[in-house]
Amino acid sequence: MTGIQARFQLNWPGFNLDVDLELPGRGVTAVFGHSGSGKTTLLRCMAGLERTPTGRLIVNGEVWQDERHWLPTHKRPLGYVFQEASLFTHLTVMGNLRYGRSRLSNGHKVSLEQAIELLGIAHLLDRKPERLSGGERSRVGIARALAVSPRLLLMDEPLASLDVKRKQEILPYLERLHDELDIPVLYVSHSSDEVARLADHLVAMEDGRVLASGPLAEILARLDLPICLGEDIGAILDTTVAEVDNTWHLARMEFAGGSLWARDQGLSVGRRVRVRVLARDVSLAVEPPGNSSIQNALRGRVDAMADDDHPGLALVRVQVGDVMFLSRLTKRAAASLQVVPGQAVWVQVKSVALME
Amino acid sequence: MYLTDSDLKAIWLTVRLAGIVTLILLLVGTPIAWWLARTRAWWKGPIGAVVGLPLVLPPSVLGFYLLLAMGPKGPVGRLTQALGIGPLPFTFWGLVIASVFYSLPFMVQPLQTAFEAVGERPLEVAATLRASPLDAFFTVAVPLALPGFLTASILTFTHTVGEFGVVLMIGGNLPGVTRVASVQIYDHVEAMEYLQAHRLAAVMLIFSFLVLLVLYTWRPGTKKGV
Repeated sequence: MTGIQARFQLNWPGFNLDVDLELPGRGVTAVFGHSGSGKTTLLRCMAGLERTPTGRLIVNGEVWQDERHWLPTHKRPLGYVFQEASLFTHLTVMGNLRYGRSRLSNGHKVSLEQAIELLGIAHLLDRKPERLSGGERSRVGIARALAVSPRLLLMDEPLASLDVKRKQEILPYLERLHDELDIPVLYVSHSSDEVARLADHLVAMEDGRVLASGPLAEILARLDLPICLGEDIGAILDTTVAEVDNTWHLARMEFAGGSLWARDQGLSVGRRVRVRVLARDVSLAVEPPGNSSIQNALRGRVDAMADDDHPGLALVRVQVGDVMFLSRLTKRAAASLQVVPGQAVWVQVKSVALME
Repeated sequence: MYLTDSDLKAIWLTVRLAGIVTLILLLVGTPIAWWLARTRAWWKGPIGAVVGLPLVLPPSVLGFYLLLAMGPKGPVGRLTQALGIGPLPFTFWGLVIASVFYSLPFMVQPLQTAFEAVGERPLEVAATLRASPLDAFFTVAVPLALPGFLTASILTFTHTVGEFGVVLMIGGNLPGVTRVASVQIYDHVEAMEYLQAHRLAAVMLIFSFLVLLVLYTWRPGTKKGV
């Protein structure tokens, strides 16, 4: 049986966790929410770092805890990446990597060399953690968790303590992880950017409860979560580079239902790329747009609409082919366009972000 | 000869006593310090206070109670007599036991501080890397608290070397058995042998200074970034 079943309840003074989740047994599941929403606590419960007598956790058919069983943390076949890399300062990088490795008993899916190579830390092995940069520490922390060949990888905001530049340095490694290893990952984050780039599945949390859980595109296309996602609400599309226009330095990104032009970033034709279109970059028109600086116009049909978190704003969901776009409009604009579900509209996309 | 034979005997006895007490306290004090550093039980306070008592109690008070407990009519004394060991006061091992109590806070408190500084996180990390709690204690907590172990051992050793009141109460003044260096100096002064007292006192002074010099200048693991 594949999949992760997790049910936890905690009653702490001033904080309750009440979670009942069914998660896919593969791919990256992002746990998204504001700080204090219980993301880290959920991860700690799964790792057995918090005692939850009524909890239940089954990972791909293996019972880690239920009413009668409780595996202590060191007996759970997991990898955990803490928010700060939390390396052992009395050991070298290699010592850190070997710490968990040497305590494994049976077959390992991930080899030590593989973990070192994946995170690009071969040149750091003899160093002490105090002589590593923040980004290097994070990579060693991730490699150390991978080196125990976990059957579930729990990552608690591994990039939170890094600046934007370091994040950009590490994200490609995380993407490789996703592409090359078949280990289910729970990735806690409050950065919608990281989520959009890495996740296949999304769990949105608030106040210790689960607001929504489902495939990424599906959850992001929901209209009832604007508070959770705020400014970053938008659609995620899996696209293929269909053509590259060298004259204008543009690339045509094809998806089920149409295509979008984006800035050419040197991608070769045929490459699969995840694309994000933010709701605030999408405008709607009833007439076919004439001359406009906005080059991407698609024909779609209004699927649903809802209030946004600001009283003057509305969110409109438009279906284009098989894909849902979100558009953030003022309510006045929505009223003057007379937007109603089922109506045919033109979707104008001002900006397309390649998640690469 | 700079020091007399009995001076040397007293120094050797002192070193032996302090060494044994330090070893015993490493074994006894470490679990106490570990528990005090991590427990949230309400009796952490009372236990901590009891451990700290010898810091403020006059040594003669501590010595007096220990003497009663270990004497022929005290609970410890009866036990040792029933076991055929005989009463402990005025023996070397009686002195060891008394010194263990007397120096307990000097082992426990630096260790407790060191364990508290290590914190919960490294142990949680160790658990996620398959280390059992005992394994994590020896492979993570102890190495990270190593400077604390060093400080605690040196303080315990030197404090035991310097004790006087408890020794007089429990050990008396038996040459080669309980006459430690501090008592020997007292004897010299009593007998108006000021030259001998000077020589032994100077040895003690230089020893204490050197130990503290080491303690304050050479501290492993406190380099930047740790």
